[in-house]
Amino acid sequence: MSTEPDVVITGLGATTPLGGDVASTWDAALAGKSGIRTLDNDWADRYEIPVRFAGTLAQPASERLSRPETKRMDPSAQYALVAAREAWADAGAPEIDGERLGAVVASGIGGIWTLLDGWDVVREKGARRVLPMTVPMLMPNSPAANVSIEFGARAGVHAPVSACASGAEAIAWGVGMIRSGRADVVIAGGTEAVVHPMPISAFAAMKALSTRNDDPAGASRPYDVTRDGFVMSEGAGVVVLESAEHARARGAKVYGRVAGYGMTGDAHHIAAPEPTGVGQTTAMRYALQDAGVTPHDVVHINAHATSTSVGDMIEARGIRAVFGTDADHMRLSATKSMTGHLLGAAGALESIFSVLALRDRLAPPTINVSQPDPDLDLDLVRDTPRELPQGQIAAINNSFGFGGHNVALVLTSA
Amino acid sequence: MAHSEQEVLAGLAEIVSEETGLPTDSVLPDKSFTDDLDIDSLSMMTIVTLAEEKFSVRIPDDEVKNLATVGDAVSFITSAQA
Repeated sequence: MSTEPDVVITGLGATTPLGGDVASTWDAALAGKSGIRTLDNDWADRYEIPVRFAGTLAQPASERLSRPETKRMDPSAQYALVAAREAWADAGAPEIDGERLGAVVASGIGGIWTLLDGWDVVREKGARRVLPMTVPMLMPNSPAANVSIEFGARAGVHAPVSACASGAEAIAWGVGMIRSGRADVVIAGGTEAVVHPMPISAFAAMKALSTRNDDPAGASRPYDVTRDGFVMSEGAGVVVLESAEHARARGAKVYGRVAGYGMTGDAHHIAAPEPTGVGQTTAMRYALQDAGVTPHDVVHINAHATSTSVGDMIEARGIRAVFGTDADHMRLSATKSMTGHLLGAAGALESIFSVLALRDRLAPPTINVSQPDPDLDLDLVRDTPRELPQGQIAAINNSFGFGGHNVALVLTSA
Repeated sequence: MAHSEQEVLAGLAEIVSEETGLPTDSVLPDKSFTDDLDIDSLSMMTIVTLAEEKFSVRIPDDEVKNLATVGDAVSFITSAQA
């Protein structure tokens, strides 16, 4: 019998292209809205960038933070702090000794705005004009560090970096901190702020991005036969993880459990997914095993599904391989169709979607699928939410990243 | 073009306010950067960097430790312009 503590989610926070907080983001997702817009700047013309759209925050961080905060933090840390404050308040701002509070906040790319601004200053004005906050702002652990400072989290501060799996990996690390006894409460999540001409150009150079410039809201179309790449997006998602005992003792509201996680590496290629999907399926199997959940218990899956031609179907086939006939009663959602791809924040935001789906017994829709890929052998939730069963149910959230990072999280209803 | 002491004070107050969130009218000549305005060394170096650019002056690193108050900085910048 395991003596490790159960880990529950007691607070949620987010700032996304769909809304400035969790409630507005979730409402927009259930309504099947798109957060993808044509960029209102001249980047595409000036730099000949083939992509003119992205997911940009519904509410700018500057409306939520003080002027000094926006000047002393890269946007990636700003978004994390906005989401963390919401999550902490939502958890009821638990009274806790800082020695028992951890912070694990990940970013796939880090403070790229600050990095590139700093280099511009060096070239245009010389080293003497570079601001002394440049390094503390650009370092990829800056969001985690700022969150730890804000809430006095001294049990440990971590920033796992695993590209588009980072946000999910942060939650797994947070669960690990509580299970191993290092902390009772962990603020965990992911953030990303890369809607900047350089990363857009660089992802476009890989042919990873959709170029559907005439229809930005329709560009992210996981599983559709005409999918042509992912849509760059930004934002943050943060959860408050807590040992079930700690949550019970203070009478906290519980959204659900992070029952298990599985993490594997492809060791195959720096960007391409391993074609058989064995790393992904192994991560899902580990997560189910870790959670003590059978494939039959899983009624919903929030897929990684970024809307790329190869990636979507490798994952879909892997899901069928892991779940077999039990996949028939699983509702599959690809919420990146609405949010775009928040890279290092995606896994955290999608965990929030997953736990809300379990709470509300509603699988969010996948939009923009007019002709599903004929090879898709799963029950895709299209256009409007679909009901999930009552009783004790489980969901799985997949996140995969360049470099071969595979993270699967199993969440269960409260 | 040289700025008057008054203009330097106003400009410096703007920089300090942006960096710290303090209202500009609290940035007065007799205020100590550390004791009154609670400015740490990293913030002080930020303020110096921004002031150098704004007033087109050079504030040598050795000089920064002598700038205890807002008034010290205003005097230094005003005379350094000349």
